[in-house]
Amino acid sequence: MSEFLQMGGYAAYVWSAYGITLIVLVVNIWAAFRSHTGALVRIHHENRPERSGRQPTVRQIT
Amino acid sequence: MTVTLRVRFVRWFHQLASPPYVYRLAGQLAPWFAVTAGLLLLTGTYGGLVLAPADYLQGDGFRIIYVHVPSAYLSMLAYIIMATSAVVGFIWRIKMAHGLAVSAAPLGASFTLLALVTGGIWGKPMWGTYWQWADARLMSELLLLFLFAGYMVLRASFDDREKADRVSAILAAVGVINIPIIHYSVEWWSTLHQGPTIAKLDQPSITMDMLSPLLVMILGFTIFFAWLLCKRLQGEILNREGHARWVEKLLEEITR
Repeated sequence: MSEFLQMGGYAAYVWSAYGITLIVLVVNIWAAFRSHTGALVRIHHENRPERSGRQPTVRQIT
Repeated sequence: MTVTLRVRFVRWFHQLASPPYVYRLAGQLAPWFAVTAGLLLLTGTYGGLVLAPADYLQGDGFRIIYVHVPSAYLSMLAYIIMATSAVVGFIWRIKMAHGLAVSAAPLGASFTLLALVTGGIWGKPMWGTYWQWADARLMSELLLLFLFAGYMVLRASFDDREKADRVSAILAAVGVINIPIIHYSVEWWSTLHQGPTIAKLDQPSITMDMLSPLLVMILGFTIFFAWLLCKRLQGEILNREGHARWVEKLLEEITR
């Protein structure tokens, strides 16, 4: 296991590359979902100004 | 038989310009893309980090290839998709096509940045430097990042969405010139970046046990991109169609 983690002396390079890749993937997922639900919530308030105090519960997004 | 098929195809083609149809289609496709991408990325990462043998020259350092090449390839694919749909939107005045281009831009920019960063990390132990300004591959990929950024900044500078669609489509179309430059840069100017490994017509210069995880990762990245493209397109359709009746009905359905 520790041999695997050492990556033949390239641990710092290999793991930082994979770590940054994971971060980019996760941030992309978060941002894409936020752009969708964010638009839903915004339109929900815009179309009916009287319900702007109430947060919609977005159960299913299809 | 053929007539009904053609009628169906034409109808389907017209539906692709219809916002509620595209919104629903994207919503239905997204979970399938998510599961497939997740499985492929996990399999490919295991294959790349564990199963593939160490390189005879670069040792385990070469394993960065499994994140670097897919992100670099995806950065170009994203640009081609963005430019193509922007041009289609420009010529036939299809809003959905512009929406697709807008959705592809931030995804493409992030994978371009990832390709540059993982390339730098890989370059340090192998070339002795993170970056070199004189390398054509590095410069053309950096230009790709600026093209994505330029597309988004240019759009943001217009209040009128239709004007933003048309002007940004021109920028996207002109920038396509950069794609073959990125691809052939390592052959036209051989400086720091190594030559092509798999994208060669005759024989890829890589063994099967090293190549197969890479192909799995490339496919995984592509489907991951398709997943988030669907989600972003849904958001973009809502931004454009916010006051349409079908959106109001949809909101009533999901907030009931």
